[in-house]
Amino acid sequence: MKVTEKDVNYVADLANLELSGDERVAMVRDLNSILDYIDRLNELDTSNIEPMAQVSDRYGVDESKHGSERFAYANREDVPEGLRKSLTQDAALANAPDADGTFFRVPKVIER
Amino acid sequence: MDLTQLTIDSARSSIQNRKTTALALAEAHYAHIQKEDEQIGAYLTLCKERALELADRIDRMAAEGKPLPPLAGVPVGIKDVMSTSGVRTTAGSKMLDNYIPPYDCTAVARMEAAGALVLGKTNCDEFAMGSSNENSAFRPVRNPRDLTRVPGGSSGGSAAAVAADMAVVALGSDTGGSIRQPASFCGVVGLMPTYGRVSRYGLIAFASSLDHIGPLAKTVKDAAIVLRTIAGRDPMDSTSATLPVPDYPSELEKDVRGLRIGVAKEYFGDGLDDEVRHAVESAIDKLKTLGCEVTPVSLPHTPYAIPTYYLIATAEASSNLARYDGVRYGYRAADVKSLSEMYRRSRDEGFGAEVKRRIMLGTYALSAGYYDAYYLKAQKVRTLLTRDFEEAFRKVDAIVTPTSPTAAFRLGEKSNDPLAMYLADIYTVTADLAGIPGISIPCGVTKNKLPIGLQILGKHFDEATILRLANAYEQAA
Repeated sequence: MKVTEKDVNYVADLANLELSGDERVAMVRDLNSILDYIDRLNELDTSNIEPMAQVSDRYGVDESKHGSERFAYANREDVPEGLRKSLTQDAALANAPDADGTFFRVPKVIER
Repeated sequence: MDLTQLTIDSARSSIQNRKTTALALAEAHYAHIQKEDEQIGAYLTLCKERALELADRIDRMAAEGKPLPPLAGVPVGIKDVMSTSGVRTTAGSKMLDNYIPPYDCTAVARMEAAGALVLGKTNCDEFAMGSSNENSAFRPVRNPRDLTRVPGGSSGGSAAAVAADMAVVALGSDTGGSIRQPASFCGVVGLMPTYGRVSRYGLIAFASSLDHIGPLAKTVKDAAIVLRTIAGRDPMDSTSATLPVPDYPSELEKDVRGLRIGVAKEYFGDGLDDEVRHAVESAIDKLKTLGCEVTPVSLPHTPYAIPTYYLIATAEASSNLARYDGVRYGYRAADVKSLSEMYRRSRDEGFGAEVKRRIMLGTYALSAGYYDAYYLKAQKVRTLLTRDFEEAFRKVDAIVTPTSPTAAFRLGEKSNDPLAMYLADIYTVTADLAGIPGISIPCGVTKNKLPIGLQILGKHFDEATILRLANAYEQAA
């Protein structure tokens, strides 16, 4: 077994997930089953292979250009007002579970 | 004239020639939804006011004899992962049960600017994570071709809406197969464009390097018209490509004779259902009789695609879904005593089991000590998978495969086995990882009358060729 209950507790902390006792047990089982399958990647020697984070740096760009020039399309003028108008305060707060008209309201952050 | 049986062109010209109205088209679809959708569950939210207002505008244009835009009066469904200003957008999650976006997704805005009537938001797996639509927090979707079976996922509501004539076309999203696999299960056309062809602005993010928006439609031509409408550079998405957008519908007219089609044995191995194999092989024979040259190609890293996909997609998802913290929008747990408890319980109560499983896997794959072994390893294998396609596309113009190893499975059949569910995407994830376009079109049915899908994969930004092949097959079949 790769993933222990201790690992699940640690990762749940990183991911800010509460997870009940039952959920933690199921998670140990499911993650181990998936990771066992994922292990087949180790059959491949990838020591001289470059990682690929995304596809838009390889295709749809001007291949005659190099480095950051290739991504010139992704740059734009800095427009002070932005490409679209900022949300009004009302619109920004409209979906908040708790707000006071000016700020989002959350439980106390610092205990004294 | 049955108003729920029209294509984009026939709908538009019927309105233009005053044989019907956009209003009547919208009303006919809403009446059909009212009658059919309780058992199918394709729609989560209807936005009748918005659709009828736009219909009225189209009808006034028609009355004045003005030329109508390309999608004038066409009733469409929008997968509920695309933001619609003022219309509830849930991503199929309890987390966003009450979320009302303040802006429109670019693809939706372009559809409406072209005259389409957004009828409502279609059901999907929560945050587009699933292959059966059973992960919707609201209700599962049933396959209109057989109500005991799943419609596929995650764009199951969009596929079912089109298959059951509750929309002429729909938008879906595809991260590992979520347009093509449900299209295959429901017997409709589903197109995933090249990564970057269609802006992702306003699409609720699942895995940003893999997410694509594309159409589900009853005909290849309708898919081509929608792609022409939504494709092209959008300054709001820096990964959207600046390349010119071809006139896809007129590309369909070109001859397919002499096109070179690759067939990869890796897509016809163990696990492929015999009836599906037979149907796809017959479709390949059909393409041969249409004058295409069929050549074997090799995509040797295909067996590694699913593990690669589930590391990259979950890693990106764990990062993207960190935003759901119960502060600015979305679900917040009640009676919390501290900020930390609020985050943890809101996320635990707001997310469903599969979403939590993927967040956990992705967080694990990115965590200290495992990053190199899992996430970085997967990114390197992604390079190998992409090279496979580059190599193959030196010899051929398109690659033909089954879309899914089986026809639609039964509700509940795989819902307790995450790995078995993941394997339903075995033939579709490769295109997402490589960023190439793919289309699924119907190619027959099983003896139980379940639809079978034929997948055609193309070169980067060469949607025109796969649409042309798909159209030729559709016309000949």
